[in-house]
Amino acid sequence: MSRLEILKTYKIYIGGQFPRTESGRYYVPKNGQNEPLGNICLSSRKDVRNAVSAARKATGWAERTAFNRGQILYRIAEMLEGRKAQFIEELILQGSNKKTAEIEVNLAVDRVVYYAGWCDKYQQIMGAVNPVSSSHFNFSVPEPTGVVGIVCPENQSLVGLVSLVLPVICGGNTCVVIASESLPLCAVTFAEVLNTSDLPGGVINILTGAKKELISPLASHMDVNAIIYGDNDEEQWKTLGILAADNVKRVSRLSKDWTNPENQDLYQIAETLEIKTTWHPIENIGGASSGY
Amino acid sequence: MTKKNKETIAMKWSYSPALESKDHINLREKYDLFINGKWMKPSSGKYFKTFNPADESFLAEVAHADAKDVDKAVQAARDAYNNVWSKISPSERAKYIYRIARLMQERAREFAVIETLDAGKTIRESRDVDVPLACNHFFYYAGWADKLDYAFPNRKVSSLGVAGQIIPWNFPLLMAAWKIAPALAAGNTVVLKPAETTPLTALKLAEIIEESGLPAGVVNIVTGFGDTGAAIVNHPDTDKIAFTGSTNVGKMIQKSLAGTNKKITLELGGKSANIIFEDAPIDQAVEGIINGIFFNQGHVCCAGSRLFVQESIADVVIRKLKDRMRSLFVGNPLDKNTDIGAINSKEQLATILKYINIGKEEGAEIFQLACDIPDKGYYCPPTLFTNVAQSSVIAQEEIFGPVLTIQTFRTVDEVIQKANNSPFGLAAGVWTDKGSRIFNLTTKLKAGVIWANTYNKFDPSSPFGGYKESGFGREGGLHGLSAYVKLS
Amino acid sequence: MTSENSKIQSIIQNSPTIDKVGTEERVARFQTRSIKGDSKLMGLKMALSMIDLTTLEGKDTQGKVKQLCYKAEHLHDAIPGLPTVAAVCVYPSMVSIAKKALNHTQIKVASVATAFPGGQSPLAVKIADTKFAVDQGADEVDMVISRGKFMEGNYAYVFDEIAAIKEACGNVRLKVILETGELATLDDVRLASDLAIHAGADFIKTSTGKIQPAATMPVTLTMLMAIKDHYDKTGVMVGMKPAGGISTSKLALHYLVMVNEVLGEKWLSNEWFRFGASSLANDVLMQIAKTVNGSYQSADYFSID
Repeated sequence: MSRLEILKTYKIYIGGQFPRTESGRYYVPKNGQNEPLGNICLSSRKDVRNAVSAARKATGWAERTAFNRGQILYRIAEMLEGRKAQFIEELILQGSNKKTAEIEVNLAVDRVVYYAGWCDKYQQIMGAVNPVSSSHFNFSVPEPTGVVGIVCPENQSLVGLVSLVLPVICGGNTCVVIASESLPLCAVTFAEVLNTSDLPGGVINILTGAKKELISPLASHMDVNAIIYGDNDEEQWKTLGILAADNVKRVSRLSKDWTNPENQDLYQIAETLEIKTTWHPIENIGGASSGY
Repeated sequence: MTKKNKETIAMKWSYSPALESKDHINLREKYDLFINGKWMKPSSGKYFKTFNPADESFLAEVAHADAKDVDKAVQAARDAYNNVWSKISPSERAKYIYRIARLMQERAREFAVIETLDAGKTIRESRDVDVPLACNHFFYYAGWADKLDYAFPNRKVSSLGVAGQIIPWNFPLLMAAWKIAPALAAGNTVVLKPAETTPLTALKLAEIIEESGLPAGVVNIVTGFGDTGAAIVNHPDTDKIAFTGSTNVGKMIQKSLAGTNKKITLELGGKSANIIFEDAPIDQAVEGIINGIFFNQGHVCCAGSRLFVQESIADVVIRKLKDRMRSLFVGNPLDKNTDIGAINSKEQLATILKYINIGKEEGAEIFQLACDIPDKGYYCPPTLFTNVAQSSVIAQEEIFGPVLTIQTFRTVDEVIQKANNSPFGLAAGVWTDKGSRIFNLTTKLKAGVIWANTYNKFDPSSPFGGYKESGFGREGGLHGLSAYVKLS
Repeated sequence: MTSENSKIQSIIQNSPTIDKVGTEERVARFQTRSIKGDSKLMGLKMALSMIDLTTLEGKDTQGKVKQLCYKAEHLHDAIPGLPTVAAVCVYPSMVSIAKKALNHTQIKVASVATAFPGGQSPLAVKIADTKFAVDQGADEVDMVISRGKFMEGNYAYVFDEIAAIKEACGNVRLKVILETGELATLDDVRLASDLAIHAGADFIKTSTGKIQPAATMPVTLTMLMAIKDHYDKTGVMVGMKPAGGISTSKLALHYLVMVNEVLGEKWLSNEWFRFGASSLANDVLMQIAKTVNGSYQSADYFSID
């Protein structure tokens, strides 16, 4: 007699919790074979609001030591590795073949490790001591810009999300992620990975649903500091750009083939960093003493 | 006071006028547009007048570029980019920029006088700050032209193409330098629009560029109003827009560029906090407050316009501040002893006065320097407001004038919270003798520039730019290069 | 006589920290003041009237002191209407000579005392030295503080010593030399100024002239701020005397600008401000001559004493 399988409820991830959308709505995306992928939360603008406020509350993430952030990111990789089978299964259900799915998951894990390693290094490469011509010590350090909205690509649903999200949190930001609308499974499972790693709740918040509905409240939200747009819809890109201007959000568009192992770098971390420059007087520097 | 012997009697010693000479400056009656290495008449035939805000006297007529003229300028920049500038070697590029820097240095005094005439800023500042910094900016970036690969490890660096640049009236020549120097060093060509009230030094710079032999079309200077700027922003053939100015215009520009893939940098407004702790070097802090808010008549985006003083020393600081204000001279900007010059325009003076009235209506206590002000021209005496609440309009909105609001605080956490409680995030000042506190604040303040135990310092090697609604991107230093390159 | 410890503690606590770079920036601003025309002439004459014409050498003789006194009175008779200097500053042994030479004038005689310039003698010796100068007729006494004790952190000693000398001076005005060239930082300059002011100094003075650096503008500014803070708190005026290293009229004018803008016109008299200098007078005279005659001057036409 066969055992009845337990089906997974796909929920959204806000502030370290897995609520259903406050709207109570759902949608049923289908794969190429027209098979339903599941009942997926159709998040609302209020979910966006809740997610942004959770992300804002979690900005203490930036005050952790860089080393500690690196440890936690590495822990995410460990958890992801442990769930490989599940991701592969979901990717296959979403339409990948086994081999591509395996490659994508492996790459996703490796990419997390890659950015885990950057956590305590990008500062040294992107920071500077500036040789100002006065009696001051002047240095610039990169700091997180704050709360970042991320719109994931429709395809490459796992590695795309990982590639956009990891550089953002590596730099100390917190984020609200709009998952692939058509292929949302891995996003939710990735949230479960995050929840079992040591990442503080609210650092990454993941919403599923209709991009058309979610992009506007995210892009116009006055407490979001930056948006990374990872999809390829010109209309969305333009709408987002217009709304983002209301509080001068930093907006960048990053659409790349995330399955290419080369498409990961320091400069992607830089997209959501601010350079902060500090001046302080130095006593007795040559040539800068008083005129007489 | 017991006195045994006769002493000389104390006397009032006032300084005689010490006017910088205008004799050696060379201004034309009428300026055309500098496009493709030539001076071209505006297609509309329209000119506008630029005045000296210190006495409302006429200075010169300046061409008003329309969309057609902007199109010509962009086309010239595109051709120059394609045919010349992108092809010459980086080290040759560097030499052109060095040459511009040297030519500017040679004519530094002329630039300073014209800047003072056109902008109303004091000759002391245009001579000692604006012009030398502008020259140094060209010098600094010149050297980067052939070293770009070292600035971006592991990537190939290339130029963007044509950069459209729009600059404000508060530091006319300096802002032109901040825009043009890195753009050229990175291999781009430029269409620059100076502000309508202060076009002259950019036009003088065009003369120097002409003299330098820089290939025609690499730098184009088009004068005009907002419509000219809009034509640059909306021109389809620019690859990059750099804007320094008000947050409102910045938002409009960002909106109009939505959906394009043009690179943007925005340097916008600010309402920067200047924070004085009780253990601060108090007299230097007072000087920093003065310099923070009254430098350039307060027409400074990073002006330390919100003063936060720890409650225990508030009375002393305010007394010292008022005392120090009494030794400031307001008046003719061309006088070498003037500390506070003219407000840049009638419109700006009206804005400042509007805010001063709002402050009074809000119940804040006003202190203004009692000083003689010239009959003609636009002047505003240095002003402070005490008893200001965080929720007051004058403590929230950018006034862009010599108006300081003063609030008190008790604890470190409280002042961090109040300082960050603003849509802006350009700069901040921190005054304390305690090193660990400086680092705590410099980490937690959401501002692009933190001046610790100093204020309003600028250097070509030091990145400048803000968080939040103060804009994005950095100008100056290695980080300022990013705005003008693409990496592959 | 010992001061209460709590008083010293309160002086130390209220002595603010000084940022050197900020102080230098402020000084640089005074130096951008352009003093032209009438204000220059007035400034130069003011500077002349504030000079303590000084000779403090082991080889000083009666003849040298007499010549100096004559110069003090007759700075440059070719130009009418010039002021005299404020004082002649000599060693105690020369006070009676100077006093005699200047008796018919309003020029004061200042005497260094307290084991000048090192100050490394017991208090009793210093008091005797001071009393001798006063007895000889000195109008003003320039004492040195015990820098060694200051460096040891024995601020109470420094304070008490100044107070004791002040008492020995009676009605004679006391200038307290901090010898700022030996104090390591502007913070120390400020603290020493505060100690001296609270202990009863009528004037605070930068230097003996025997140590480099002598007076500098940042040091003087720091001392002026101490005077200002004291005045704002108590209403009591204290004088200032930068000494040594001020030998050009341009620099002297910058000092005057600084006094004018920090302390205000109340201090613009030789009652409250002095220059301790030997060669400044001639440079100022040459500048005045230039301003009056229009041509640049040669040192050959101005007497050296």
